[in-house]
Amino acid sequence: MYKRFSRYFPIFVLPILAAFIISFAVPFVMGIYLSFCDFTTVSDARFIGLENYKEAFGESFTHSLWYTALFSLASVITVNLAAFFLARLLTRGFKGTNFFRTVFFMPNLIGGIVLGYIWQIIINGILRYYGVDITFYEAYGFLGLLVLTNWQLIGYMMIIYVAGLQNIPGELREAAAIDGATASMELKHITLPLVMPSITVCTFLTLTNTFKLFDQNLALTAGAPNRRSAMLALDIYNTFYGGVGSEGVGQAKAVIFTLILGAIALLQLYLTKRRERDV
Amino acid sequence: MKKRFISFILLSAIAVSTMLIFTSCGKKSDNEIYFLNFKPEIAEKYEEISKTYEAITGIKVKFSTAAANTYEQTLKSEIAKKDAPTIFQINGPIGYETWKNYCADLTDTQLYSILSDKTLAIKGEDGKVYGIPYVIEAYGIICNLSKFDEYFALTNRQTEINSFEEITDFYSLRTVVEDMTLHLDELSIKGVFGSTSLLSGEDWRWQTHLANIPFYLEAKEQNYNVGTGVEEFKFTHNVKMKNLFDLYINNSVTERSLLGSKSVSDSMAEFALGQCAMIQNGNWAWAQIKDVSGNTVKESDVRFLPLYNGGSDDSDMGLCIGTENYICINKNASEEDQKRAADFLYWLYSSTDGKKFVTEQLEFLTPFNTFNADETPSDPLAKEINRWLSDTEKVSVPWHFVAFPGTSFKNDFGSALLRYAQGSITWEDVVNTVKTRWKEETAKAR
Repeated sequence: MYKRFSRYFPIFVLPILAAFIISFAVPFVMGIYLSFCDFTTVSDARFIGLENYKEAFGESFTHSLWYTALFSLASVITVNLAAFFLARLLTRGFKGTNFFRTVFFMPNLIGGIVLGYIWQIIINGILRYYGVDITFYEAYGFLGLLVLTNWQLIGYMMIIYVAGLQNIPGELREAAAIDGATASMELKHITLPLVMPSITVCTFLTLTNTFKLFDQNLALTAGAPNRRSAMLALDIYNTFYGGVGSEGVGQAKAVIFTLILGAIALLQLYLTKRRERDV
Repeated sequence: MKKRFISFILLSAIAVSTMLIFTSCGKKSDNEIYFLNFKPEIAEKYEEISKTYEAITGIKVKFSTAAANTYEQTLKSEIAKKDAPTIFQINGPIGYETWKNYCADLTDTQLYSILSDKTLAIKGEDGKVYGIPYVIEAYGIICNLSKFDEYFALTNRQTEINSFEEITDFYSLRTVVEDMTLHLDELSIKGVFGSTSLLSGEDWRWQTHLANIPFYLEAKEQNYNVGTGVEEFKFTHNVKMKNLFDLYINNSVTERSLLGSKSVSDSMAEFALGQCAMIQNGNWAWAQIKDVSGNTVKESDVRFLPLYNGGSDDSDMGLCIGTENYICINKNASEEDQKRAADFLYWLYSSTDGKKFVTEQLEFLTPFNTFNADETPSDPLAKEINRWLSDTEKVSVPWHFVAFPGTSFKNDFGSALLRYAQGSITWEDVVNTVKTRWKEETAKAR
């Protein structure tokens, strides 16, 4: 049976492989090549070596790098804590649990741009009573983005944690209770170790999603004031389209961005996975 | 047997759909021109032109429109394709700098031969023509005359100016505006000027149009060759920009600290609904104003005022007239396609059918000598442009801002203006930002 199917292997894999090569592998390799070029359009590039990389590390890039790192850190903590807390609440068998799970999940279905504009209206609507708006300080933009990201991601992460919590066998908890474990001991020694796989997935998703956040940033602040609230992805976009002949610099920044994101994500996976094995 | 049949069907379905994905990427037929349009507000009207032209010549013109504010992005990806646009447009000398490898020589085209003022065209360093303007636009301060009539009818006003016609320079304008602000309730307006939209991406009326004034004055004094780009902008006349900008933000519908959340359409709506008496914008704004539901502005009440700024030649000033729409033909298209494109453009701006479309549907005021005096659009702002142009004593201000160095510079200028309006930085800081960012961006482009 297996042999008969394996003959068809190339035919089954071909469409996806073709799509992967056309829409991922080729653009990725081309993108790396273009970061060493001076170009206006992708099909008309001139090799110039490391020039773009020299220019890439400007003030705006380093600022947005720190801004993004800080933002990712803050969101990973707040999103995961809130999602875990909600998941605990919604696995206790309250009445209407399913209703609340749906409600909390819904914000995740709205697109980033729309969400950005909605929150811009809400936040400006509140701030106007104090005679200011979100463009006044970069801290306003930071907090605004944090609220928005939490609102969008908590529901999704909550679902993953709910699944993780439901997988914990009831006997374990029961046994712990009989042995006289308090609620916090149970949380520390039973629940947390057993939902570690969910924690790995959720921290990975929040970390990468917030690090490469773009639409929400564009719609909520667009970098105001004076690009101080522009995160990395937005800074790359602004560089690429912002001036005559700076496409290559934008591309170089994008390559650096990919490397940083890859490194951070791998490090995080390594750290949380290690905890999983300890169980 | 049955299983084999089903798997055969499934496999062929996959194969067929894969083929479809590859072929449906769009194939251009042989006699087709591809026109990448810049103006989203008239995208539908171009479709009609395409039909008419196909009926006459059998040549199809495919119009594609970039969404607002994304023309450069769209052009960048479209022109790299095999079926690249035959006709595209650039926004002036800076746009030419980006796209010069794609602009065909238009010196010998019929379209260039009918251009009334040959100096308007974009020329390369070799003196050949690479971009031809296809529309003439003007901006200034758009006024709702009925609000002024109400104001001049007031018995308790404090000014010595007695009619709209007496507003002939910055000081008379300021006197009237500041006194109007004291009578907002009687005039049933919320502010004299519509909101100074400083939301990011919506600030072009200030960082380009208004900033054109000091740049124009400086370029005139220093004899800058604006067409080839200017190395350094000293911003010596920044006070004139400040004069008007302060007047706008201090007598506005919206409190000056809240301008960062206002868009252009917000202020156009305020004008249309009669919540303000004036806004700064160009003749293209009429399309937007008249479409606002609940519009209270009568066509006969619409007037243009120049951007009076406190300079010595205020009273001789006309509107800011020019264009940032230059048409180009793709050098990399086949000779045949280039010829077809040139023929289509000439047809559009010279034949009876084409001209009718241009004046009635597109509502363009064109720079071509094929249009007679009566062949102009009928909207009130176009009429106002003609009125100002026919006054030979007034000197129109050209659109020198097309030489501003790139989007980055303009965005930083805009956010500096916003922070000035919010009170976070001083006007001095704005001036310094403009000067240093100008230098940085021109150095980068070279």
